[in-house]
Amino acid sequence: MDVKNDSSVKIAIQTADFNLTDEVDLLEKQNDEDGAVVTFSGRVRNNNLGKKVSGLFLEHYPGMTEKSLHSIIEQAQQKWQIGRITVIHRIGQLKVGEQIVFVGVTSKHRQDAFSACEFIMDYLKVSAPFWKKELSDGVESWLEAKQSDEAKAKLWQS
Amino acid sequence: MIKVLFFAALREQLGSDQITIHVEKPATVADVINALLALNPQWQTAFSQSMLYAVNQNMVSKEHPVNCGDEVAFFPPVTGG
Repeated sequence: MDVKNDSSVKIAIQTADFNLTDEVDLLEKQNDEDGAVVTFSGRVRNNNLGKKVSGLFLEHYPGMTEKSLHSIIEQAQQKWQIGRITVIHRIGQLKVGEQIVFVGVTSKHRQDAFSACEFIMDYLKVSAPFWKKELSDGVESWLEAKQSDEAKAKLWQS
Repeated sequence: MIKVLFFAALREQLGSDQITIHVEKPATVADVINALLALNPQWQTAFSQSMLYAVNQNMVSKEHPVNCGDEVAFFPPVTGG
């Protein structure tokens, strides 16, 4: 479901996969004032903490997820000069190798786009209400939040 | 009345995703927890874990006020991305 699709911000929480080329096209289309396009995409890897992983289940808090992503994007817009922003996060059952998350940012110059993209991912990690359940050797277990993610997000406050 | 939601590991531990409760005002998130535990003493262990609180879909502290009609949510630290 797409929550808000004005000309500059796209947020989507969806079970469906996304296409990187299509998303970059959307960021660039009729946007000749921005020279920089920075994107991040995250996928399900086949290992975690020394264990073999065969898949993930992603749960979220409908409503609050979109609200928190909007708030993260607003903070990024206040900190840097940004043209367009796209954030896509998948939910439900995902296999190894499947895409989970996409963040794309355009700006006139590269530094604002790099910083905003990293900031959005760092804050998404610690404040957007998503939870991963990992499937490993036939056993399902909820992942624990990492201290290192908290520490990374805090760095933006200094 | 207050609508209370639980997510992820907490939801599974409690065996409940939603409950409606009444708390005397003025109330805070901490009062909601106390009311939940008074109704369900077996939830004590689950509620002693590290968790986050949201009121009307905004992350808040335990001291945040809660009013009639609010949506209060309890969940484990988030692990998306």
